Amino acid sequence: MTVNLTLLTVMGVMFAVGIYLMLERSLTRVLLGTILLSNGANLLILMTAGRAGYAPLYRDGLEADEYLDPLPQALLLTAIVIAFAMVAFMLALIYRSWILARQDEVTDDEEDRRVAETVGAYDPEEDAEVPSEASEFIGEVDPNTGTLRTDDAAGPRPETEESVERGER
Amino acid sequence: MLSALFAVSMAAPFLFTWIGRRVFYVLAAVLGVAFGWVLVYGDPAQDRTETLEWIPQLGVELAFRMDALGYAMSLLITGVGAAVMLYCARYFPAREPAAGPFSAQLFAFAAAMLGLVLSDDVVMLFIFWELTTILSFLLIGYSAHRVFARRSAIQALIVTTLGGLAMLIGLLWIGELAGTYRISEMIDQAGALSGPAVDSAMALILVGALSKSALVPFHFWLPAAMAAPTPVSAYLHAAAMVKAGIYLVARFAEGFHDTTLWLPIVLSLGLLTMLVGAYRALRQTDIKLVLAYGTVSQLGFLVMVNGLGTQDAALAGVSMLLAHGLFKAALFMIVGIIDHKAGTRDLRVLSGIGRSQRWLVGIAVVVAASMAGLPPLFGFVAKEIVFESIYGYADVHGAAGWAVLAGVVLGSAITVAYSARFLWGAFADKRDEHGKTLPVTAFHGKPDVVFLAAPAGLAVLTVLLAIYPAPLQEIGEAFAADFAPVAEGIEPTYLALWHGWTPVLGLSVVSWVLGLAAFWLIGRTSDPQKAAPLMLDAERLYRNTIRTLDDFAGWLTAKTQRGSLAWYLFIIIAVATALPAGIIAFTEHTVPEHIILAEEPLQMVLGAVIISGGFGAIWAPKRFMAVLMVALCGWGIAGIFALQGAPDLALTLLLVESIILVVFVLALRSLPAGIWTQNPARFKLGRALLGAGFGVVMMVVAAIAMDSRVAEPVSVEYPWMAYDVGHGANIVNVTLVDIRVWDTFGEITVLAAAATGVASLIFVKRRDVVRKELHEVPTGSVGRVLSDQELSTRQMKEIRVARSFATVAREAWLVAGRTLAPEHRSIIFEVVTRLMFHAIILLSVYLLLAGHNTPGGGFAGGLLAGLAFVLRYLAGGRYELEAAIPFSAGAVMGWGLAIACFTGVLPLFLGGAAFQSFTVDFALPVFGEHHLVSSVLFDVGVYLVVIGLIVDVLRSLGSEIDVRSEQESRRSSNLGHGIHSQTSLGVAR
Repeated sequence: MTVNLTLLTVMGVMFAVGIYLMLERSLTRVLLGTILLSNGANLLILMTAGRAGYAPLYRDGLEADEYLDPLPQALLLTAIVIAFAMVAFMLALIYRSWILARQDEVTDDEEDRRVAETVGAYDPEEDAEVPSEASEFIGEVDPNTGTLRTDDAAGPRPETEESVERGER
Repeated sequence: MLSALFAVSMAAPFLFTWIGRRVFYVLAAVLGVAFGWVLVYGDPAQDRTETLEWIPQLGVELAFRMDALGYAMSLLITGVGAAVMLYCARYFPAREPAAGPFSAQLFAFAAAMLGLVLSDDVVMLFIFWELTTILSFLLIGYSAHRVFARRSAIQALIVTTLGGLAMLIGLLWIGELAGTYRISEMIDQAGALSGPAVDSAMALILVGALSKSALVPFHFWLPAAMAAPTPVSAYLHAAAMVKAGIYLVARFAEGFHDTTLWLPIVLSLGLLTMLVGAYRALRQTDIKLVLAYGTVSQLGFLVMVNGLGTQDAALAGVSMLLAHGLFKAALFMIVGIIDHKAGTRDLRVLSGIGRSQRWLVGIAVVVAASMAGLPPLFGFVAKEIVFESIYGYADVHGAAGWAVLAGVVLGSAITVAYSARFLWGAFADKRDEHGKTLPVTAFHGKPDVVFLAAPAGLAVLTVLLAIYPAPLQEIGEAFAADFAPVAEGIEPTYLALWHGWTPVLGLSVVSWVLGLAAFWLIGRTSDPQKAAPLMLDAERLYRNTIRTLDDFAGWLTAKTQRGSLAWYLFIIIAVATALPAGIIAFTEHTVPEHIILAEEPLQMVLGAVIISGGFGAIWAPKRFMAVLMVALCGWGIAGIFALQGAPDLALTLLLVESIILVVFVLALRSLPAGIWTQNPARFKLGRALLGAGFGVVMMVVAAIAMDSRVAEPVSVEYPWMAYDVGHGANIVNVTLVDIRVWDTFGEITVLAAAATGVASLIFVKRRDVVRKELHEVPTGSVGRVLSDQELSTRQMKEIRVARSFATVAREAWLVAGRTLAPEHRSIIFEVVTRLMFHAIILLSVYLLLAGHNTPGGGFAGGLLAGLAFVLRYLAGGRYELEAAIPFSAGAVMGWGLAIACFTGVLPLFLGGAAFQSFTVDFALPVFGEHHLVSSVLFDVGVYLVVIGLIVDVLRSLGSEIDVRSEQESRRSSNLGHGIHSQTSLGVAR
């Protein structure tokens, strides 16, 4: 297939500029970068159609390869409209971010920052020393009388569980 | 049968809410029936198989096979299961709410375990295997309010899952090597398989088996798992689940015991486990832990004998497996009864129970003696032939065999010792440090018949099978028949109480004597842990490993997840650049032969415009300047489309770019005009380099890809298909609405979703805000924020000039024009809009209908109509937009989708395929002959969706932001002046 240098160069520039803008922190520029990237991708798809040809409107006597390949065009048409919907959505996002936080920049994720600052992974649930238990019925045996709670008096169990919990921690 | 069992487990919790803990009786009965079914259905002499297709593409089948080993395991699982269920009915308090789910989990475990031993497909086996792991996790964590139980559950889960994953790799590997996932076929082919690959696969499978069966170095999870309720310990951690590993070893020993790594692993780790487990059992003060470590020890023993792979060992392995299941389950049940009635399992506290609980002691002595291998009990019978098989092996294989035999005898001796220690610890009278006898431990009520029935039943079986082992002999023989004897011509052994005066009997006697001596000397210490502290604690090692892993994960996260999205993106794009660049650099490519500079000079001019637009977007310091620059690129590309021969694309892109420009301005008007960048300058160069690099790589990739294209495009068929089948001359349009209509249908759905997204981001609560009726809106109110009195004289003058242009003598050009504040009106714009609106709408309808044959179509038509609404909105404000299209945008899109859907579904009713197109010919008196293609109707749907999208965007980013910003400025002006009297100038929605 023939390589069209102009299209190739324009595509390359669109990608380059798009990436450059996308890496910025300003949301508007990120959005513009995205639009330029999609422009570059559109050109790439267009190039797959090969050299220029007749508009794909059926005429008697024309061979199939004399038209500009219709399939990439159909793809492009949908791509263009989808890109519009995406731009509208991102605009709404930017507006919302501005309304909520007066912020039109990509900010750092505070949770990630917090994780990065945590030192060590000590977790009392996993790492604290816990004595082994010699009965399953802890919390159900009355320590004073040594008698087992009857089935009917199972009411106040939650408190005892809590106290056992506290004792273990 | 299996699905029936799972169904029962589903039903169990509901049943529990109804009949309480009596549900366990029902479950016990069901397992009893299953036991009977296994007895009747199975036949040790003959394999029963059943196969159902599941994932034929991967060769995975629901293949079940019940051979002698599966038969024995099934009997164990269902039999002990029924006993445990019966036992549960007394173990849990009558109104314990957690017991409902517990019953379901325990029962589901029985079903999963049954599935495990019966499946003949390795994938099925693995699924059931992991099911038992998960259920074990849930059951150990039954007392979820205790840290100890939670931690033990997680530990068991991690250790066994780790092994399970290793096993999965091994199973799939051996499956690939053998070319089948059927276990039975693998074993048949085992003779043909050899080499390091098979060795490694088998070692991986062994890792899975050993972790499940708690062998050293994975043994620590099993004692910790004693945090589970005792029925669980009895069933999962003694009788059933830990036997899964043994089962796997026994299963694969038949074909693979002669692989290089098999015997060294099985024998060394098995023996080590047997000794370590037994030794540690002697040192416990908790009688449940005595049993737990005893189980670990016995599991090591079982792995050795089952993995040995000789005929005698196979018979011995199966017998020992059943024997252990019987006595260990019963022993755990006894511990459970003591714990339940006395409230402790500490042997330093328990005292004198032996004299008060005759029945309990009787049962305990029988089963503990079976564990110790004393006659006339089944434990003795099984242990005898284990000794015999190892003796026979040693006889043939020499030194290593004798060492193993010595180790096993030593292990058995310690087993005798801890069995005695268990009995002593649980029942004997004990003295404190001063030699005074401890008081007899009080029991809360006598354990009733039902409670004792389960362990008693198992104990009776232990005796019966010892005296009459024929049924087991039949099963074991059938299984052992697949194995070769240890040497040619050796007669297979058999199960019996009395084999005569053999050397093996001597070994048994040695182990009894040694064991009792050991118990007498060291087994009666109350606090052996203090007497000899541990040298190496595997559990501590495990916890340190996990801790280190956590630390490493935290460190890695901190290093890589720095919280900056731009940085993540940078990394992603850098990889996307470097990877293709590397591949290109290390592969050979020719320079493309056909290169043209451009199709025509005008293309180069357009290219230059687009490129300068791109760089302009970078340079532009103001937001709207940048947007304009990007729009310039878009228009340039539309031009290139037109030159290349794609009028549809050019038209659509032109319209889209125009609408984007307007929408951008609408959405961002409340943001400050300047784009200030906070990016430090040092990143600028990096970003520029990365962008340029990516662009260049894409260019090279595209050039190479196009140069190497050889195939005909699929679209050579499209022209005639479009014309003859799709009845349209515009090939692109027919492609969209007919040839590739499913794509388009998906796309308009996405459009509707995006529009809804935009609306919900702006309106937050509901999209279709009811606005005032037009006649209710005061003239000149929209867009006014301050009352005239608050303006400075200068502003006043400006506004007066602006208003002088906004007065019209005649009736308004647009319906809602009067509602705008005079200073916001532009009469010329209103006039132009009035003149053009209908023409544009007509044109859009023309594009829609003619699009089948000439450039245009639903997308272009819809965009154009949308542009007309944009005009109305810009000229007349939000009330004008409402007047122009008095429907909800959602409804418009919904109708569009409905119509598109309708054209898809309609042909189905007429006997065609979905979205099939057909034509209708008709003649109109004036307009002449016409023929309509049904796919045009689909295009109407597209048209409506696009209009809906644009109107939705206008209403959200236009009207609603108008309202908000007016409210905002009113509020700030109020605050500024401290006057709250402006309410008469309220913002009209």
